[in-house]
Amino acid sequence: MTEQEEARIRELLKQSLRPAQAELSRDLSPQMLARLQARAVTVPWFDWVLLGALAICLCLVPSAIPVLLYNL
Amino acid sequence: MEVLEQPAELLRDFARGDLGAFETLFREYQGEVFRWIVRIVRDPGIAEDLTIETFWRIHKAHARFDPDRSFGAWARRIATNAALDYLKTHRPEAELAEEPPGPASPDAAVQRDIRERTRKAFARLPPKLRVAAVLALVEERPYKEIAEALGISIAAVKLRLFRALRILRKELRKQGVEP
Repeated sequence: MTEQEEARIRELLKQSLRPAQAELSRDLSPQMLARLQARAVTVPWFDWVLLGALAICLCLVPSAIPVLLYNL
Repeated sequence: MEVLEQPAELLRDFARGDLGAFETLFREYQGEVFRWIVRIVRDPGIAEDLTIETFWRIHKAHARFDPDRSFGAWARRIATNAALDYLKTHRPEAELAEEPPGPASPDAAVQRDIRERTRKAFARLPPKLRVAAVLALVEERPYKEIAEALGISIAAVKLRLFRALRILRKELRKQGVEP
């Protein structure tokens, strides 16, 4: 590629895609807070695994239910 | 980033997971992160969403932040990755901006047509090359800043630019524009 070609392509790009001048028009804190809170209430996958394992155990050994309730 | 660097104590609190410190940094840097992202994606609405996504990633990665380093540069790198992820999953044609109506002279129409073809050629670049090209050639950011934001060396930035220009030349010729 020649220098002239490179310079011409740079010029074409500058004419076609002008530098972005946009400024943030509002405070995004409420959206950020909502995102943080939404994720905070999400149950981690490991908790679901524990819950599933407990349910299986209780199905296999129903006599453990009163023991579990007593200990809660 | 133009925002002044934050006190070391605030950065240490953030790295320890202090939510108040994160909120302070968010308020200070949201505008800068937004401006950086809009340079890459060229759409203010999308840039707002990506600013939230960037700070969400920053929040999750707080433990990996080194308080002795620049928060601005770290945020810019995460913002660049978020913008790149967006560009990889969205069709480039959708990003082409509408040309504002101009004078109806034949010469102006030809120029408008060339600009449109150039934008189309640019939109066909792979996202990684597009980001390097837009930051270096359109926004005229320093190579060092681009290299830090992309997590690559300055030589790698120059290589991406060279490849981008070569592809652009080929695409422009296909479009009937002789560079």
